[in-house]
Amino acid sequence: MAIIRTRKHWVLTILALAVLFSLPLFLSGRVLHFINLVGITMIAAQGLNLLTGCAGQISLGQSAFMAVGAYSSALLCVHCGFPFWLALPSSALISGLVGVVVGTPSLRIKGFYLAMATLAAQMIIPWLVINVRTDLTGGSNALLVPAPVLFGFTFSSQQSLFYLIIPLTCLTLFLVRNLMRSRIGRAFIAVRDNDLAAEMMGISLLKYKLLAFFLSSVYAGLAGCLWAHWMRAISPDQFNILESIWFLGMIIVGGMGSVVGVAFATVFIKFFDIVITLFSPSLTSFMSPQLAQDMAAGLGPFVFGFIILVFLILEPRGLAHRWDIAKAYFRLWPFKY
Amino acid sequence: MLFLQFFLNGLLIGGLYALLALGIVLIYKATHVFNFALGEMLAVGAFLLYTFMFFAGLPAWIAIPLTIVSAMMLGLCVERVGLRPLLGQPILASIMATLSISLILRGITLFVWGSPTVSLQEKIMPTKAMRMGDLFLSNELIWTFVVSTVLFIFLLLFFRFTKTGLFMRATAEGHDVAQAAGINVERIFALTWGIAAVVAAAGGIMLGNRFGIGITTLPMMGIKAFPVVLLGGLESIPGAIIGGLMIGVLESLVSGFADPQLAEISPYIVLLLVLLIRPEGLFGLKRIERI
Repeated sequence: MAIIRTRKHWVLTILALAVLFSLPLFLSGRVLHFINLVGITMIAAQGLNLLTGCAGQISLGQSAFMAVGAYSSALLCVHCGFPFWLALPSSALISGLVGVVVGTPSLRIKGFYLAMATLAAQMIIPWLVINVRTDLTGGSNALLVPAPVLFGFTFSSQQSLFYLIIPLTCLTLFLVRNLMRSRIGRAFIAVRDNDLAAEMMGISLLKYKLLAFFLSSVYAGLAGCLWAHWMRAISPDQFNILESIWFLGMIIVGGMGSVVGVAFATVFIKFFDIVITLFSPSLTSFMSPQLAQDMAAGLGPFVFGFIILVFLILEPRGLAHRWDIAKAYFRLWPFKY
Repeated sequence: MLFLQFFLNGLLIGGLYALLALGIVLIYKATHVFNFALGEMLAVGAFLLYTFMFFAGLPAWIAIPLTIVSAMMLGLCVERVGLRPLLGQPILASIMATLSISLILRGITLFVWGSPTVSLQEKIMPTKAMRMGDLFLSNELIWTFVVSTVLFIFLLLFFRFTKTGLFMRATAEGHDVAQAAGINVERIFALTWGIAAVVAAAGGIMLGNRFGIGITTLPMMGIKAFPVVLLGGLESIPGAIIGGLMIGVLESLVSGFADPQLAEISPYIVLLLVLLIRPEGLFGLKRIERI
């Protein structure tokens, strides 16, 4: 079944894309900044969705793979003089290879133990950045990254970066959605549901588990590379374990293995995040500055943890299930069922 | 001599790691949930003691029992709100539940106590170093080790000789079997979380006494218990002790003879090696899977 099936779907898709790509014409830089952030986060979240949601391999290291992408792209650009168009795929590839290395234990262990192995990677990779060859990476200080240049055009404003990031996000969504209905995607789902049974039916666990890790890290590396050239300054503490938990949270909120659901969840969670950062100063303005700062810092984790817990308990199938219900409602209207 | 000094220091710190690991092993044994919220539970326990002693101005002998009671309540709350609705769900649900509880506790701690690291103005343990020949041993660490050992012995006796302890051991053997034998398994789960929270609070107080109480420092120490637990074996209390001592000694030796930066990461390298070579740990149970 194709992704876009009917003439109506085609018209809607083209309209939606036209609206999306005309957004920079009338939106301010701050809104575009938010959209770019969501776009980059969505790429990494969809990568994790392939690995955890689809293939069932729990990973607590997605932001470490983003760090690999970000740092390899930055180092290639700054120290090896790579042009951006070459640094982007090579950093994604490097990140993918690191993902395969980290994913190797998945052949022996699974579930909780695998989560621990990826947690170890999450602790070790930023440590390597801080402590090894600090003359290149800048250690725990920020590393400055040049603006991306393509065909002589420099992407320096949020408007121009929008046209770099969002097409890649759309491409990612399309590719992941497409992969899930292919032979590979079916194999991932079989591995998730029961890996022993899948192997009995002729699915090579070696191949598909490592492929899942590779693809997931390639998307994380792509997101990391874009992040580096979008932020223009990267440091190891941007890629900490909390970020990895956020990615897992997006998958839970979105619904495991659902591309649309995870896309919604990314927007939803990033929106909450931005609302909290914007409004917590006014909520806490009557307090002393130190207290207000702590309250603002505490509100984010509190709300986010609460959202995940509520979704786990009340709607384990995530936003994807709500979306299906909404679609069914409009399809069947005016009848209930 | 230098070697012996580092070795003993590591051994003493290792006793504390073993206590932290116990907070995880107890819960895993009984409920098959891994407590990722341990670090934040440490911080909350330590902050509770700080509040009772310096905001309420209570003497230590009232403040410490009060902390134990409140930590118990915290454990019961966490189990009732976060874990019980997820009984029987897949493993990712329980991992995410404890992770989100750790985020919620972090948020609450920042709300109530703020981000600065505080220290107990009036130390609850003697601070001077003790001298034995050429060796210097921090009195604090010796006390920490003694308290950890006493807690360990107390818990082992509790499991061995009380009826509730027997129920808890039965629950660890198998949930269905225990339920069939008339044990209220849900109540045992709640109780386990309560005891583990008390153990975590004790660990948090001792860590806080030495390194200062803060939401940034204590959770990082809590994460160190994860390699200890996996090295010792997820279901094994003796494993937690031996794993804790081994990791403590290793960290101390690496920091003394190689590189303090490397010492920070060495527990995680051990964790990776354990997962690759012997995933069930030294004393854990090997799981055999059938379709």
